[in-house]
Amino acid sequence: MKITVKDVEHVALLARLELTEQDKEKYTQSLNAILEYMDKLNQIDTHDVEPTAHVLPLKNVFREDKLHRTMAKELVLANAPEEEDGCFKVPRIV
Amino acid sequence: MDLYKKTAHELSSLLQKREVSSEELTRSVLDRINKVEEKVKAFVTVTGEQALEQAREIDEKRARGEAMSPLAGIPMAMKDNICTKGVTTTCASKILYNFVPPYNATVTEKLLEAGTILLGKCNMDEFAMGSSNENSGFFPTRNPHDLSAVPGGSSGGAAAAVAADEAVFTLGSDTGGSIRQPAAFCGVVGLKPTYGYVSRYGLIAYASSLDQIGPLTKDITDCALVLNVIAGHDPKDSTSAPVEVPDFTRYLVDDVKGLKIGIPKEYMGEGIDPRIAAYLKQAAAKLEELGAMCEEVSLPHTEYALPAYYIIASAEASSNLARYDGVRYGLRVEAEDVISMFCKTRSQGFGEEVKRRIMLGTYALSSGYYDAYYLKALKVRTLIKRDFDQAFLKYDCLLTPTSPTTAFKFGEKVNDPLAMYLSDVCTIPINLAGVPGLSLPFGTVEGLPVGIQFIGKPFGEGTLLRVGYALEQNTDLTKPKAQMEGVI
Repeated sequence: MKITVKDVEHVALLARLELTEQDKEKYTQSLNAILEYMDKLNQIDTHDVEPTAHVLPLKNVFREDKLHRTMAKELVLANAPEEEDGCFKVPRIV
Repeated sequence: MDLYKKTAHELSSLLQKREVSSEELTRSVLDRINKVEEKVKAFVTVTGEQALEQAREIDEKRARGEAMSPLAGIPMAMKDNICTKGVTTTCASKILYNFVPPYNATVTEKLLEAGTILLGKCNMDEFAMGSSNENSGFFPTRNPHDLSAVPGGSSGGAAAAVAADEAVFTLGSDTGGSIRQPAAFCGVVGLKPTYGYVSRYGLIAYASSLDQIGPLTKDITDCALVLNVIAGHDPKDSTSAPVEVPDFTRYLVDDVKGLKIGIPKEYMGEGIDPRIAAYLKQAAAKLEELGAMCEEVSLPHTEYALPAYYIIASAEASSNLARYDGVRYGLRVEAEDVISMFCKTRSQGFGEEVKRRIMLGTYALSSGYYDAYYLKALKVRTLIKRDFDQAFLKYDCLLTPTSPTTAFKFGEKVNDPLAMYLSDVCTIPINLAGVPGLSLPFGTVEGLPVGIQFIGKPFGEGTLLRVGYALEQNTDLTKPKAQMEGVI
């Protein structure tokens, strides 16, 4: 076992997920099985290989520094679960 | 006249000659939806009234003699991860159950501009993560050829809708096979274009370096017509390729003389249903008879594609899906403080597989594991891409099965994530390399369609259409639809 229930708890916290005890067991098991399979990658030597994050030979895609019309505020807020005075409203932060 | 059964190009000519109106045609397809949808369940949302209204507008424009695109008046549908202004777009997730986009995706804009009629939004695996549609947060779509079999995924609804004639064509998205595998399972044509050929603006992101939108159609000619509308550079997508787009109908020629086609041996080995391998050999023999040259080639890093893909895709997903926090849109589960609100919202809103991939991706990117998993996977991606670069020095395109098996039964793989992932073993390397892949129906096994996949050079879609078209003209194996009679 590479990953323990404790690791799963830590990762869940990083990912902002709340897991039940049963979920924790389940994910520990399935993530271990998947990671074991991923270990296959260690069979190949990639010492001198450059990583590919992206297949297109594009770099620094800029547009002209001109003003564009932006979306109307009402539209931006239209899907908000809660809003007040033209802002998204959230519960207490501190 | 059963209008709903026809292809877009057949209907286009009927519409242009004014032998039928778009309203008549749209009614015919909506009636078809009413008749079979209870069995197939391909749609999350049907926009019947709006579709008819749109159709009437197109008919009026035509009556006034306005210039019309070839697809004007044709009813289509879109996978529910493509933004449609004013029409709910859910990604088949509870976390977006009520999301109404305030804008159109670029492909939506282009299709509406071309005068196509939006019938509704198609079911999918939640956030495009899955290979069977069993991960839909709402209900699974069924395969129109056998209701006890899955339609494939993640664009299962989009593929089933075309197969069942519930839409003339649909758009899907493909991150690791999500257009091609369901196209194969449902017996329709599905194309994943070259990465960057079709704008991703307004496509709800799963794995941004792999996602690509593409058409699911009844034949190759329709595929070319839809690609003509949706391909092209878009300043709103910074990963959009700044290249010229040809008229893809130019490639619809019944001629493959002199084409060199490689058959990668790694795609023909263990795990591939021998009856599918036999069809593939039959397709190769047909192409040779028509003047192409087929021979075996090797893509030595193929077996590493699947593990590399699941690390890269999950890593990108964990980052892309961080935005679902109950603040700006979608579900919110109330809690005392903001962190608890995030956690409760995400835990109740996301389904099991989505959470698994977020967990896997978060782990692979977390401190101490980044080099071992994520960076390693990106390096392996380079090797996989080089395999393709190397093969394309010699071959015009490659031929493989689309999926190792035909459509499997519901429940068969749902409890074993790795077995489910293996269903995409033939399609995943293509996304990692960023090249185009086309799935073409080719025969059936026990009544279920088989798909063969042609893989092209970057921006080599034309060659794929040409090969597909030639096969369509010269063998009926590319039309498995008759099998469906009596099922729906």
